[in-house]
Amino acid sequence: MALKGLDIFKLSPKKNCKECGSPTCMAFSMKVAQGAVSVDACPYFSEDAKAALNEATAPPMKTIKVGAGDKEMSLGGETVLFRHEKTYVSKTRYAVAICSCMDDAEIDAKLAAIPKVDYERIGERMFVEMIYLNYAPSAGAEKYLEVVKKAAALDRVLVLGCTDVEVAKQALELVKDSKPILNGATPENYAEMSAVATAAGVALGVRGADINEIYDTVAALEKAGNKNLLIDVGVNSIKDAFATAVQLRRAAIKDNDRTCGYPSIVRVGGLAQGDKHLQAALASVFTMKYGSIVVLDQMTYAEALPLYGLRQNIFTDPQKPMKVEPGIYPLNGADENSICVTTVDFALTYFVVSGELERSGVPLNLIINDAGGLSVLTSWAAGKFSAGTISKFFAEHDIEGKLKSRKLVIPGKVAVLKGELEAKLPGWEIIIAPNEAVQLVKFMKDLTA
Amino acid sequence: MPFTAKSGKFNAKINAVEVGTGDKKITIGGENVLPFYTFDDAIANAPKVGIEITDGGLDNEPDCIKKYYEGCTSVVDMAKKAASFEGVDFLSIRLEGGDPNGQNKSTEELIALLKEVAEAVDLPLAVCGCKNVEKDAELLDKASQALEGRNAMIMAAKEDNYKTIGASAGLAYKQIVGAESAVDINLAKQLNVLLTQLGVNGQSVVMNVGTATAGYGFEYVVSTMDRVKAAALSQSDATLQMPIVTPVASEVWAVKESVASEADMPEWGDQEERGIDMEIETAAAVLVSGSNAVILRHPESVKAISKMIKELV
Repeated sequence: MALKGLDIFKLSPKKNCKECGSPTCMAFSMKVAQGAVSVDACPYFSEDAKAALNEATAPPMKTIKVGAGDKEMSLGGETVLFRHEKTYVSKTRYAVAICSCMDDAEIDAKLAAIPKVDYERIGERMFVEMIYLNYAPSAGAEKYLEVVKKAAALDRVLVLGCTDVEVAKQALELVKDSKPILNGATPENYAEMSAVATAAGVALGVRGADINEIYDTVAALEKAGNKNLLIDVGVNSIKDAFATAVQLRRAAIKDNDRTCGYPSIVRVGGLAQGDKHLQAALASVFTMKYGSIVVLDQMTYAEALPLYGLRQNIFTDPQKPMKVEPGIYPLNGADENSICVTTVDFALTYFVVSGELERSGVPLNLIINDAGGLSVLTSWAAGKFSAGTISKFFAEHDIEGKLKSRKLVIPGKVAVLKGELEAKLPGWEIIIAPNEAVQLVKFMKDLTA
Repeated sequence: MPFTAKSGKFNAKINAVEVGTGDKKITIGGENVLPFYTFDDAIANAPKVGIEITDGGLDNEPDCIKKYYEGCTSVVDMAKKAASFEGVDFLSIRLEGGDPNGQNKSTEELIALLKEVAEAVDLPLAVCGCKNVEKDAELLDKASQALEGRNAMIMAAKEDNYKTIGASAGLAYKQIVGAESAVDINLAKQLNVLLTQLGVNGQSVVMNVGTATAGYGFEYVVSTMDRVKAAALSQSDATLQMPIVTPVASEVWAVKESVASEADMPEWGDQEERGIDMEIETAAAVLVSGSNAVILRHPESVKAISKMIKELV
């Protein structure tokens, strides 16, 4: 919650010394309240007052950093409940679960499957970022430590799902430098578990029988000074897990209850109980509503393609359009003699247009212009997709050197560019496509028939 | 001190719209909380799942779906079979063969087929057009007439043809009018206002506020639905309180992730699983954003989404 200028003024030294650059302490306090200057600009603000101020102006949800080196990532830190209000800060991370209760062959197979899903989509690497290692007491501590060692070799952020304090301590000895998450605090063991996590310098996951137990345990841990926490919403039931995830996030952001303001762990594999299609549905649900780490039993391309696409969409800045890399995209086995089609670099345009072009089956070179990530008409109106910019792009990227075809299809919505383009790109035949992408299949087929 | 939950219950609610007749009749909408927020208040009517077939019959289905319709020789057979799959609440028939840029089937032919299908199943019906606004005006006008008394969803009236379809479906034949707009809260609102000005009862309107496949500009869909629900519930905007029906199938079974064969994309693995998960994950996301019904195509997707809804409500 934002602090008012008057509240800050009460904490200020009230000297009106002007050293901060403001005429009075009151004026300075107003500026701090607006976020225009930092409180550090005042040399006389007491440390206690600063601490109180920082506490009061801290974001409602903690940002928890996990992983080490280039694997470090932030979880949480959200400030809104809906993406149209402001950008979501930390995207959902996906983990694959492995249990020490599995036999060696199964564990090896699961570990071997993890790196298989690894691809790039609009400039973002899509892969399984975490491995969740569940400790089964029946399989013994030795087995668990073996699994931890094996999983560590894959170089992913580990989540140690272990409620046994002693085993957790031994596991952390092996991997604490990689800054894993210890998901093991319960209402019974939280004090010891917190000591183990703090000693190793890792974030601690908290679970409980219901939302009240979770809340009380988090409050007790905060009181003991540990605020490097995550909340496991549990696997009692799907309804419960959803209620816990939503209620905690809402209480943190809307009602400013900081005890609720920690990233969440949602074990959708456990919730779906072996139904992989239900698991896929839940992975999607918790990507939309407030899962910071979503743990699945498996991640093949079937689950991954929609899920990572969804995540990429949800966690974009609503004010910043998604762009694809400008350049030549050969489709349907095109070579340098295939017909050229051009459009803008707005990701949505690219996906719709390239999808339809692929469906046409016609080999072609799709030339994506640098249009500032705007749609066809918007970029045209902004002067970023004109005969001038297209011909300049062609020259800069040496399109004429790379491709032999001299036929260029342009979007129907900018048909007006035809004449000017013919003048600027001598030797090219400019062809006008239909207005809508859905009409492209028939158009391309007719054009090349 | 236990967690104290503040209720997020609203005074306003989404319209409850009945679709179909008799025992199989369904009610969509009616809730006064955000999607699946059962901890705020009970969800009046669980979201519903429809299954889609087309006038093209089996030839029009991907191979991975054909096998579920084994033994069916006609669209009517398929309709009966579709109605029997687990989790199906209503049947949607898409008359895409009417598209003048496609097969350009005549309105008479399609309406004759629609009548046969309607006689064969007693489930609530949704009729989707061919996406060509002129043809849809004619097609959906005749469809409204043909289904008189069935209380079917006519999908959908758009800005360019709402007068014909609204007057026919909403006024003359008392069907449920689907109002389709393109992922923009203002367009959705405007179309609802236009339809009610035409005399259509707002309580007989459902919205298709536009959709996309997960990964394909889906953020616009989410934000449109989030904002529509916020306006309907927290600001009591009666022009946006119509339940949302989202046809997911026609979007997800067109992208390469769902349809590219395993031979073309060996690293992606089994094509059927990719299609099912694309449909499931997209449907789950639109339901969490506020859709009161979804239309799917693969029987496994219908089963999984219907199970998910049961678990969450």
